[in-house]
Amino acid sequence: MRAPDTILPLLVEALRFAAGGVEILHGVSFSIEAGQPTVVIGPNGAGKSVLLRLLHGLLPPGGGAVRWAAAPDRAAARQAMVFQRPVLLRRSVAANVAYPLALAGIAPRERARRAEEALDLVGLAALAERPARRLSGGEQQRLALARAAALRPEVLFLDEPCASLDPSATRTVEEIVAALARRGTKIVMTTHDIGQARRLAGEVIFLHRGRVLEHAPAPRFFAAPEAPEAAAFLQGDLVW
Amino acid sequence: MGDLHAAITAALGLILAVDPAVMAIVGLSLRVSLSAVLIAALVGLPLGALLAVTRFPGRQSAIVALNALMGLPPVVAGLLIYLLLSRSGPLGPLGLLFTPTAMVIAQAVLIAPILAALTREALSGLWEEYAEQLRSFGAGPLRAVPTLLWDGRFALLTVLLAGFGRASAEVGAVMIVGGNIEGFTRVMTTAIALETSKGDLPLALALGLVLMAIVVAVNALAQALRGAASRWAG
Repeated sequence: MRAPDTILPLLVEALRFAAGGVEILHGVSFSIEAGQPTVVIGPNGAGKSVLLRLLHGLLPPGGGAVRWAAAPDRAAARQAMVFQRPVLLRRSVAANVAYPLALAGIAPRERARRAEEALDLVGLAALAERPARRLSGGEQQRLALARAAALRPEVLFLDEPCASLDPSATRTVEEIVAALARRGTKIVMTTHDIGQARRLAGEVIFLHRGRVLEHAPAPRFFAAPEAPEAAAFLQGDLVW
Repeated sequence: MGDLHAAITAALGLILAVDPAVMAIVGLSLRVSLSAVLIAALVGLPLGALLAVTRFPGRQSAIVALNALMGLPPVVAGLLIYLLLSRSGPLGPLGLLFTPTAMVIAQAVLIAPILAALTREALSGLWEEYAEQLRSFGAGPLRAVPTLLWDGRFALLTVLLAGFGRASAEVGAVMIVGGNIEGFTRVMTTAIALETSKGDLPLALALGLVLMAIVVAVNALAQALRGAASRWAG
């Protein structure tokens, strides 16, 4: 439907990144197409968060390239990101959702409409006038999702969105992510939770020590991982 | 002892009777210091916010200079403004020396660096927290300035109160550029200095008590704001 102005596929070519003399990504290459969620899994320290920040443009590549199928400013305007720890403005819930919409140049009436719709989606409509920072951890992460969703991004990056949440809040967040994916938003998320990856992934990128060891459709990856490290990770062995 | 007792009684009498001379002095003090805070805030708050969000060569030196200016002695600020406004000075033709306007300028110059330094301090933590998320929204450092000024509003009100406290309590700057002219440029601090040296202790004490009450009220307000902020920000 929106094929003419799509920013996908995303091509990642020999992407490298180092910080403080430590090589975090050793030249990873892959492509991400529209469709089911792409889940980047791997043990802690594999470079998942750094990879997501590079894709979203928050970090400059140390080498290689991140290529969208659109001009950089257009591509930037059509993506959003939710962080492991939600960064909420010291404003009301509704004002938090409206803020990036204002930055994007959306008129006030449309802003209010979209904010309402997004808060409905995550079940926070009743709390719209509350100070955002007084919400519980799960509610804060749902608000961060609503705020990103209201931007109607084509690609939504989620960095370990449930890492600091309890199981019931995690379930709610997963339901919201699945709903966004069904609406056509391309989800690219990191997790170290294998169960979560099974529940959400359409395809899996297995990242290990700064290298992509496997990139496969989820059913195949979980049934028969090719890389021995991936098999060990799925069995719950600590791979470092 | 008896003198002191009589002076305190007379001072309370002046306050309770709403003595017009006392009230005129208090009124001018508030007018001058509040105007100075307003003007200093227009410069100091955005400047402090800019220093919090930007990274440029020489930024550290700018911060050191600003922090040093926080300790600028009021008499030196007064002297600088005096030199600018005196008849032979560059702004002499404006005829502002020994007017309340000159006092506002001197106090604004005195507290603008304080407001800027405190603002930078208050907002740099907030910027550290917000920077990545704002960049994700497509907002760079310049666009972040108004966001930080609004989201740091409770902390900044405390900053403004600190500036007001400093302005209303200083005597050196207003004395030099105002001249302590009765009924025209006499404020609480200059009146206290003069009346004490003249031996009119009741008037000095009455003004001292009002000044203390204002300082206490300002601090109580700052405390209440901090409470409100933590209720809001969590």
